Amino acid sequence: MTVTTEQQPLSLAASAITIKFGGLTAVGDVSFTIPERGIVSLIGPNGAGKTTFFNVLTGLYRPTSGRVLLGTRDVTGMSVHKIASLGLARTFQNIRLFNLMTAEENVLVAMHSHMKSGIFRTVLRTPGQRREEREGREFARELLDFVGIGKTADEYARNLSYGDQRRLEVARALALKPKVLLLDEPTAGMNPLESARFVDFVHRVRDEKGLSILLIEHDMSVVMRVSERVTVLDRGEKIAEGLPDDIKANERVVEAYLGKTGTTGYGEDA
Amino acid sequence: MASASSSAPARRGNPLAGKGWPVGFTVAAIVVFILFQWVLPNMSGPLPDFFDRWLPLSVVNQCIIWAIMAIGLNIVVGYAGLLDLGYVAFWAIGGYTAGWFMSGFFTQVSVNVFGHAAAGQPAGFHINFWLVLVIAAAHCALWGVLIGAPTLRLKSDYLALVTLGFGEIIPEIFKNGDDLDFPWAHHFNLSNGTRGITPVDAIPTGPFQYLSSDSLPIPAELGPFDETIKFVVYSLIVAFVIFVSLRIREGRLGRAWLAIREDELAASMMGVPLMRTKLAAYAVGAAIGGLGGVCYTTAVGGVAAEDFAFSSSIILLAMVVLGGMGNVWGVLVGALVLQWINGNGLKEIGNTITSVTGHDINFPSYNFLVFGAILILMMLFRREGLLPESRTRQVLQEPERGQLESVGADLEGERV
Repeated sequence: MTVTTEQQPLSLAASAITIKFGGLTAVGDVSFTIPERGIVSLIGPNGAGKTTFFNVLTGLYRPTSGRVLLGTRDVTGMSVHKIASLGLARTFQNIRLFNLMTAEENVLVAMHSHMKSGIFRTVLRTPGQRREEREGREFARELLDFVGIGKTADEYARNLSYGDQRRLEVARALALKPKVLLLDEPTAGMNPLESARFVDFVHRVRDEKGLSILLIEHDMSVVMRVSERVTVLDRGEKIAEGLPDDIKANERVVEAYLGKTGTTGYGEDA
Repeated sequence: MASASSSAPARRGNPLAGKGWPVGFTVAAIVVFILFQWVLPNMSGPLPDFFDRWLPLSVVNQCIIWAIMAIGLNIVVGYAGLLDLGYVAFWAIGGYTAGWFMSGFFTQVSVNVFGHAAAGQPAGFHINFWLVLVIAAAHCALWGVLIGAPTLRLKSDYLALVTLGFGEIIPEIFKNGDDLDFPWAHHFNLSNGTRGITPVDAIPTGPFQYLSSDSLPIPAELGPFDETIKFVVYSLIVAFVIFVSLRIREGRLGRAWLAIREDELAASMMGVPLMRTKLAAYAVGAAIGGLGGVCYTTAVGGVAAEDFAFSSSIILLAMVVLGGMGNVWGVLVGALVLQWINGNGLKEIGNTITSVTGHDINFPSYNFLVFGAILILMMLFRREGLLPESRTRQVLQEPERGQLESVGADLEGERV
């Protein structure tokens, strides 16, 4: 159970996060870290609080108590866009692209915080502004090539195929030059072959961009193959954390997913 | 003007967005100018009479002034997707800025900065028209930020209602602003109440008056009958406003506006600061509204609170929607067409019908009936507007790829 990451530098550390909605504790006292260049997964049955926890990390919810450190910086309570520009990028479970913008423009939007040109420089189109735009577009093209959809740069996001839209979401997130990339159910809607390719893709992103990755994922084969560490949430609490193989064998985890041994849920014990 | 790297769909969808538009616009303006300056006055026959009835230059000037404001509103509504029902507030602020700084209204002071004080009005602020444009734009942008800061936290319907409120409040303040009590000034007359501020100074022509000739007299200041020169002045401002709109649209801020219009939450999670970006849209829109306000005031020779009614906000919004939200050219066409109907077209159509049928129908009084009918027909048959933005046309005319695939359409295979 003990994971030997404590000495490693962390790219994200959430300590004792609790969030309550009214009287309901959605997440209770969960601590969680992502080592630098690590790939970790967060799993749990529906309603376990995964998405809520995710939303605390990205700043959408303010935790009732607890703190979130991005690198060494305390980002608890910061606004969503500020946290994003400090290096926490995400994709969405239900794809949320800017549909009426081209693939390239989608990526450029995420570079907003790294660009500087204001109204006057844009209207005057100063040399600096033009250089910034040119470099921005080049970087956007690079990212699109990196995720394998370079040819679609000028197409509207809404016209891309489902798989390409997922890739575009990753390219857009990478444009933030993040320290940590959060992937929210990235293989939803993929067939087994695509999911298998996705595992390689995640490794490539980590290796070439040198960032840490946190996945929320339902597909256990993906989770077990891609993760270096798995954290399991159930009913808002962390019930297990460890190497994928340990998690597979963990009784509480199996219980959380399948119910207690000896009960089938069909009332035979009654 | 579009650089080689500008995105292809923008060019593909809109031929005018490329290099050609400043040329096209200039040619169109020169044609109109020559027509009214030299051709029509020297012609006999039915044509001058026709133009005099159907399209006098004073109406053209009104149309392009409304176009300035519609293009400003388009930044807020079309670009950033923020429904603003009180845009007339900025028109009013711009109009009164012109009233204050270009008239003998403030008798307490006597300031003249390259201005042209009307005869017998040495007191007051007399600041040059072009400087007043800058002042009014800055003043309105400031108010855009002040009004926007509390309101832009709201979304959709709530934002619309609050802007509606501001659109009512600001003209009311001007209407009742003739006897204000400030700690430092009692019974201060800010706006001259319902009487308004009139007359305002004429637009000075500055060095251009020395180019005056027999065929093209350019007076030192533009009086009520120098419509052709005024047309040139207002056209320049329209061109400037179009230029600014198009350039901002292509840059970092324009992309952020679009992204907010598309998906606010996703935009913020991609590092776009929502408040600041929306405030920028408000400020730029307000500044352009201020320019329109100054032009309007100089065109009618004064400023009065009754001009800034709620219906004006709605007409401006109709211009934007009817023309094609988000597309500057569509909005320009929408503004010209609607203001023509409003100013002169409806009346002449009525006169024609009256003379043909013998029934006396007062068409201008059915103004809003016609407007309403046009809007309903447009929304039924051409929702995207007269000249829509290529992006919007996509959404309204073509089903999404995902939808097509879900009903079994065989689109090109997956790209790898």
